[in-house]
Amino acid sequence: MPKKIDAIVSWKKLNLGCVITEPGNAREFLTGDWRTQRPILDKDKCIRCGRCWIYCPEAAYKEDEEGYYQCDLNYCKGCGICAQECPVGAITMVLEEE
Amino acid sequence: MPYKGKKARELPKEELFTQGHRACQGCAGALALRLILKAVGDRVIIAAATGCMEIISSPFPQTAWRVPWIHVAFENAAAVASGIESALKVLMRKGKLKKEKIYVVAIAGDGGTADIGLQSLSGALERGHDFVYVCIDNEAYMNTGIQRSSSTPFGARTTTSPAGKKSIGQMTWKKNVAEIAVAHRIPYVATVCPTYYQDMINKLKKAANTPGPAYVHCLAVCPTGWRVSPNLTIEVGRLAVETGVFPLYEVINGKYKINYPHRRLKPVQEYLQLQGRFRHLTDEYIEIIQKRVTEEMARLRALEKFGSFYNNFTAHS
Repeated sequence: MPKKIDAIVSWKKLNLGCVITEPGNAREFLTGDWRTQRPILDKDKCIRCGRCWIYCPEAAYKEDEEGYYQCDLNYCKGCGICAQECPVGAITMVLEEE
Repeated sequence: MPYKGKKARELPKEELFTQGHRACQGCAGALALRLILKAVGDRVIIAAATGCMEIISSPFPQTAWRVPWIHVAFENAAAVASGIESALKVLMRKGKLKKEKIYVVAIAGDGGTADIGLQSLSGALERGHDFVYVCIDNEAYMNTGIQRSSSTPFGARTTTSPAGKKSIGQMTWKKNVAEIAVAHRIPYVATVCPTYYQDMINKLKKAANTPGPAYVHCLAVCPTGWRVSPNLTIEVGRLAVETGVFPLYEVINGKYKINYPHRRLKPVQEYLQLQGRFRHLTDEYIEIIQKRVTEEMARLRALEKFGSFYNNFTAHS
């Protein structure tokens, strides 16, 4: 679950000019719960070209020690670009079931 | 160029535009921001006008940027960027700041560039500030609910140019802001599309290292506003380039060079049929669009071939 953000904050707590002093703190907001489809990587087919990583608008992909690109499901919004653009078809989108 | 011929996995790993931004699924604009920051690195100050890319990246009290970033009003991204550039210059001259290269990038949407911010862009280009202006063009005001802008292409359906019995959607042709920038005789103008990520990173790096103003026009496919399936974002961008609707070229000191497409053009039908905003178009109108696209490409190729005759002007330094 995303970290709770207080909707009402006293003006005394705000920085001057509403400056945000912590760079990149949008990371605390997990966008993964927008997802309806989840990418599944088939490591046998993967050629580790990195196209899923470079085309991902969320920057959800990260390289692991073996050089495979793994999707961080906390942030993946399930757009399916990686599955569409994979040159060898190693990524498939499956429906999220709960 | 440092990244020429590099594979995707050899590009910079650092994510300066972080996860957790609120863009729609499959937003090419957010991808464009990622690639811009990969190209320019972290020694950069960004001035961003109001628009999609501003609201998705900075929902208060959070920010997706890991670089200094200023939100400015709709019309003055270029004016603020020129102010930042001048301030940096003065502070470095007076010795209050260490002398180093700090890039200044102004980012605005097509509304903030072609409609509302055109005068401040023109002013900043004319004064010759050393900055990069990036227009992220999603061809309408998507932020407020798909209203037409002057960058919307002919025949596109938007909420303020609806298609019906008496109308075919947008009645005017897309404004070519890149050509307007070329007319200022600035040292570097380029058009990019995130589908061609290598080309985009190289051009932005080139633009940032050019002394004087540089203008980069980026086509950002918008799945929500264009009525495209989110997974086809990259594919639609590729078709826009291959059909000649959005050719990728660069203009260095007035000399044109077309990067893509180098082969024969695909029919525009292939590009239009993927998009819901063009679904109402009949063959007759597709023919009109095809004719216009072919003419524009012929004009561009002629400029590439004969443009060097007009190369005898002095650019800003």
